[in-house]
Amino acid sequence: MVNQFLFYFFAAMAVISAVLVVTVRNAVHSAIFLITSLLSTAGIYLLLQAQFLFAVQIILYVGGIMVLFVFVIMLVNLDVAVRQIQFNRQKWVAGLVTLAVAALLGMVILQGSQAFTLADGRAPALDPQNTERVGEVLFQKYMLPFEIASILLLVALIGAVVMAKKRI
Amino acid sequence: MIPTSYYLILSLALLTIGVIGVLTRRNVIIVLMSIELILNAVNINLIAFSRHFGSVDGQVFAIFVITAAAAEAAIGLGIIIAFFRNRETVLADEMDLLKW
Amino acid sequence: MIEALLQYFKENYLPYVWAVVIVAVLPLLAGYVVLMERKIMADMQVRLGPMRVGPHGLLQPIADAVKLLMKEDIIPEGVDFWIFWLAPLLSVGAALLAYAALAIGPAFQIADLNIGLLFILAISSMGIYGIILGGWSSNNNYSMLGALRSSAQLISYETAAGFALIGGLLLAGSLSMKQIVLAQQQQQIWFIVLAPIGFFIYLVGSIAETNRAPFDLPEAESELVAGYMTEYSGFRWALYFLAEYANMIVVASVATTLFLGGWLRPFSNVRALDFLDYAPALLTLLVAGYCFYRTPRQPVQVQKLVMAAVGLLCLLVAAILGGAAALQAGPVREGILGAFWFLAKVFAYIYAFMWVRFTFPRYRFDQLMRLGWQFLIPVSIINVMALGLGLVLHRQMGWMLVPALLLVNLIVLLIAAWFATAGERREAAPESGA
Repeated sequence: MVNQFLFYFFAAMAVISAVLVVTVRNAVHSAIFLITSLLSTAGIYLLLQAQFLFAVQIILYVGGIMVLFVFVIMLVNLDVAVRQIQFNRQKWVAGLVTLAVAALLGMVILQGSQAFTLADGRAPALDPQNTERVGEVLFQKYMLPFEIASILLLVALIGAVVMAKKRI
Repeated sequence: MIPTSYYLILSLALLTIGVIGVLTRRNVIIVLMSIELILNAVNINLIAFSRHFGSVDGQVFAIFVITAAAAEAAIGLGIIIAFFRNRETVLADEMDLLKW
Repeated sequence: MIEALLQYFKENYLPYVWAVVIVAVLPLLAGYVVLMERKIMADMQVRLGPMRVGPHGLLQPIADAVKLLMKEDIIPEGVDFWIFWLAPLLSVGAALLAYAALAIGPAFQIADLNIGLLFILAISSMGIYGIILGGWSSNNNYSMLGALRSSAQLISYETAAGFALIGGLLLAGSLSMKQIVLAQQQQQIWFIVLAPIGFFIYLVGSIAETNRAPFDLPEAESELVAGYMTEYSGFRWALYFLAEYANMIVVASVATTLFLGGWLRPFSNVRALDFLDYAPALLTLLVAGYCFYRTPRQPVQVQKLVMAAVGLLCLLVAAILGGAAALQAGPVREGILGAFWFLAKVFAYIYAFMWVRFTFPRYRFDQLMRLGWQFLIPVSIINVMALGLGLVLHRQMGWMLVPALLLVNLIVLLIAAWFATAGERREAAPESGA
């Protein structure tokens, strides 16, 4: 019962924050609403019994990526930009097409939802060793993607430093 | 016990809002933030299925998605800063240097 | 029937009770940590500190709190009101929320999360927003600069501190705070002996995390007035201040749990030293005796009464500690004595913070960044690798634990010394080349 309430609460907060991210004028407010949305998503991860991902989402996404966003927004914050038109010329067509595709996908999900209920019976009990299991799989089965991801991060690090330099 | 399809509908909603943000806003930073929303929606999808099938692989994939999102956000913001230094604008409509 | 009722209460409502107790008691505790800092600062500067409000200044925090609550709430013009309002709340919220996972005693914990340490790290990284948004919303260039510098410093040292914690984590084998202390009890050794360099890196990292001197350039008065806190007055400033001291207590608790043995008595497995269990009671008795000794020498009647009251309070605490030590080994005894040892270690760590503050001059911002990125992060990464190597030597190759880890720590120390002298070598090179 508490689970249901929490799910609806986090889902509502995630969706409402996401709508506000896309619609408010001021970029800093938009960033704050994105932080709220990411925190609600972290709550959803916890409901899905992914405890390690909950912590990783907050440390990396909220505590790392969003800090980067907020720094850059403060650096390029133009008072002029707030008073201009926020939406571009294709907004109606874009919105219509996106909603059409979303309706199609939604129909697919709802039609197929019987297929999902088949395995719900064997949803696992609360796993206190979630972090250990993620670690085992990450370092044994997915070792190669792990190393490639670290090289990706190195490339991104060098790229970001070079991009933001005044004189290369 | 929340059925998996509820999580998929939530993921779909966030994806839709993210895509509308990418296609509709002029401010490039908000476009980048909408891309983060899309990646987040994908993560919810992955983890919902990870719980559905009882395996941890979905969560590992989600970790890689977060890593890729971090890398892409860093470089994207670096590009925006570099462009801002040259042209003093962050609106996508005004980034038309290659227009003839 | 009573048993069942107590069990139900303990399972469902006890965490809420603990949460209310912590939120109510913590501001008072943080206030007394402020008084402790002023007294220690005075002691190191050969003067007396606050002496006027209450005997020996013991009522000073209460006077400060009342003053701050009654000050006018000034909101500068041109601020973004909602963010201005939100920023102190984020700082305080993050600082107080971290208490949910701390383990003060074996049964004295709000929530025994299986990812306790990771949770505390996550919540600490949320606290950065209080600083950034506070500085930005103040409509003041200097606040903005202070906020940017402060948050840059925080995210740099957070990485180094996290890596240092991984060292302790490798030795403990679990992220749950309670399991980490139990691992130290099983291995019969505090992890500071096994990973001293990790402890040192965490000490430096946590001093920078909490914006304390010598890393307090962002909030030093002669530099940026008060940095991101400049435009905040009255109760809002009190919230930021509370957040800073609550953060100090949180990092001290994490260091205590991970490196200093948590709630364990020194030499907790040596039966011969069991008489040390009575040491807390004896100590408090001595303090009570000192209070009663000073009572007749107070100048004013009110101060005599307050001093006598403090003495009686110490006597009460001594009675509780002595009574607990005399009980059979059980949850009550472990809980009360464990709480005493835990708080003693936390205050020793905070004393180290204050000692460092009043001894060293401030770091300039570029020196600070260089120290974080070019010294602490490489050394902490090498520390993790070395501890892993040490554990492999112990578990796979059968070496004894202490010698193996001492060897790898020595290697890390040599590498760290090499890194530390890198600056001098960099400066010496052009002279010899050009």
